Amino acid sequence: MLEQIGTTDQGDMIINVGPQHPSTHGVLHLVITLNGETVKKVEPHLGYIHRSIEKMSESLSYRQFIYVTSRMDYLSSHINNHACALCVEKGLQLEIPQRAQVIRVLLDELTRLASHQLWWGALAMDLGAMTPFFYAFREREMINEIMEDTCGARLTMNYIVPGGLMMDLHPDFQRKVKEFLRLFKSKIHEYDELVTGNVIFQSRTQGVGVISKEDAISFGCTGPTGRGSGVSCDIRKLYPYEVYDKVQFDEVLEHGGDSWSRYKVRIGEMVQSMRIIEQLIDNIPEGDHQAKTKAVLKLPKGEFYTRVETARGEFGVYIISEGGTTPYRIKYRSPGFSNLSALDHMARGGKIGDLMATMGTLDLVIPDIDR
Amino acid sequence: MTNEELKQKIGEILPDAAFEEGTEWTTLSCGPEGFLDFAARLKKESDLHFDYLFCLTAVDWKTHLTVVYHFTSTVHRHSLVVKVKLDRSQPIVESVTGLWRTAEFHEREAYDLMGITFNGHPDLRRLFLTPEYEGFPLRKDFEDPINMIKL
Amino acid sequence: MDVTQGNKPFPGQVHEIPGGGVMLSKIDDVINWARSNSLWPLTFATSCCGIEMMSAAGAKYDFSRFGFEVARATPRQADVIIIAGTIVNKMAPVLKRLYDQMADPKYVIAMGACAISGGPFFYNTYSVVKGADHIIPVDVYVAGCPPRPEALLHSLLALQEKIRSGMTREQIRENKPV
Repeated sequence: MLEQIGTTDQGDMIINVGPQHPSTHGVLHLVITLNGETVKKVEPHLGYIHRSIEKMSESLSYRQFIYVTSRMDYLSSHINNHACALCVEKGLQLEIPQRAQVIRVLLDELTRLASHQLWWGALAMDLGAMTPFFYAFREREMINEIMEDTCGARLTMNYIVPGGLMMDLHPDFQRKVKEFLRLFKSKIHEYDELVTGNVIFQSRTQGVGVISKEDAISFGCTGPTGRGSGVSCDIRKLYPYEVYDKVQFDEVLEHGGDSWSRYKVRIGEMVQSMRIIEQLIDNIPEGDHQAKTKAVLKLPKGEFYTRVETARGEFGVYIISEGGTTPYRIKYRSPGFSNLSALDHMARGGKIGDLMATMGTLDLVIPDIDR
Repeated sequence: MTNEELKQKIGEILPDAAFEEGTEWTTLSCGPEGFLDFAARLKKESDLHFDYLFCLTAVDWKTHLTVVYHFTSTVHRHSLVVKVKLDRSQPIVESVTGLWRTAEFHEREAYDLMGITFNGHPDLRRLFLTPEYEGFPLRKDFEDPINMIKL
Repeated sequence: MDVTQGNKPFPGQVHEIPGGGVMLSKIDDVINWARSNSLWPLTFATSCCGIEMMSAAGAKYDFSRFGFEVARATPRQADVIIIAGTIVNKMAPVLKRLYDQMADPKYVIAMGACAISGGPFFYNTYSVVKGADHIIPVDVYVAGCPPRPEALLHSLLALQEKIRSGMTREQIRENKPV
């Protein structure tokens, strides 16, 4: 059922959104069937950034394939690296030192904060407001500086390796993170005043893009998309890894199922991430930052699956190994892939302006979907 | 339910399922015949209630192809892995899009990259590559001397 | 092409006469000076380098102080296309079409390792174009994965320098400083 761009017999228009469009967050090509301004069908066309990462990983060693996952969901690059390192460690049955575990969780939560900040700025820009974009990037720069001191790069950090961390923390890390936390607590209130309390924003997102709880489970929506419909799917609570079972935080659930609920879930998650960072930043244990591993890693024959919670949802790494130095087959279960399949269901019957609000709250990163 | 109880219960539903030992989740292999009924029972039985398909992988073992389904239940919190063995020359299996709508995209990806046909899929065509592309890239015997530069 | 010499003065000789001044210059120099200070980029970001481009547009590494203030979404109104991200075989016709839709004079900046040569996706991939210059002619290359926003600013200044010099690509290649 490949539609041609143009007008159908019933007078419906079929138009393109993207692949080059400011609000598609990457290269997403949507073919929309419109009747006036009402959306009748949305069909995503993918593959404009399909870089054949799964095929490439079959010829890279177990230490090398991790750097490519940084570039898949580049806004949660630490968390992606973390998932791959956990999978390799599960295969080798390695014990990670406590210091490395705590620092990994700290960096994960900082990355989640940075990703949500950019999401907030991009969502407001899609709906027409320019100012939140600059506010979001101003705060994000502080996190980028912290990452740059410790990991050496601002966006694609290859810092988490199988066995622990690549090198130890920068001496200024604790001071800078505490300063950032102190500043950001007041900024959340600024975000609320600027966008959350805005009447236009509320009427553009309430009741828009509704998905029920059963449909969310059937479509496989995880992360804030699922939690906005009441599906309890936070991997950090259900299948805790590293030190997540030792810190106190709440899983933020809303039951509306519309864009407004998804928005509230993400703002709530930012507050919970700050809580986790506060509990851990003063209690980083002393010790090694890396467990002893061989130079060339070889996983035993078998299959290993690990899942972590990225800023978008559940990210899974499935490694099938035949005992060599390179994997036989790797599959990345990306959260955006399943979230995007629900877009057609959510956007039917609404107006085209609502489609932009829905896509903004789904928080899609297209290289994550196309791999 | 624990792994042992799951094994027993599923052994009653599908007697010729081959279970694997020593895995984290209950893992079983079966053939493509009767797979749709088996999957429907996995979803509908109240003490199994596997309502969340979280991963669908296509693997190329050089003699045959396999489709690996990972299920979990949001109510009982147990997980299951089902591997369906397919013939390499004619890889056809029933589509489960009627039960789990997330399979719509996952099965299109498996068709695009591995060449497995899913009967009953509402819209089976290529997802990532252009419609004129020939060949299935993730297969182990795929050769592309123009684009693939080997190290 | 050394961009570290600081701001070049306005091209031309000023002669003071009572009541003001007279400026003597070549029309080419004045037009090139005006063009180079007002380049409008096209928002074209395919993957990770796009985030660093957005950071360069943010408040900390502002690129609107160099004239790149208005980032247009449509190629018909843009002067420079910053290719930020990997180009794959399916995206290549789209990029060519965008480049054709831009009006002359137009410039291209290839940002990041992926746009220069395929980057980390060079070996064993079946769908990546190994460098954006297989599709469209590129003026400035910025190295990095992703390049820092300061590196992008350096490349924008180099492009301005190139426009002000008024030479074609072949002439620049011959006059290359040792």
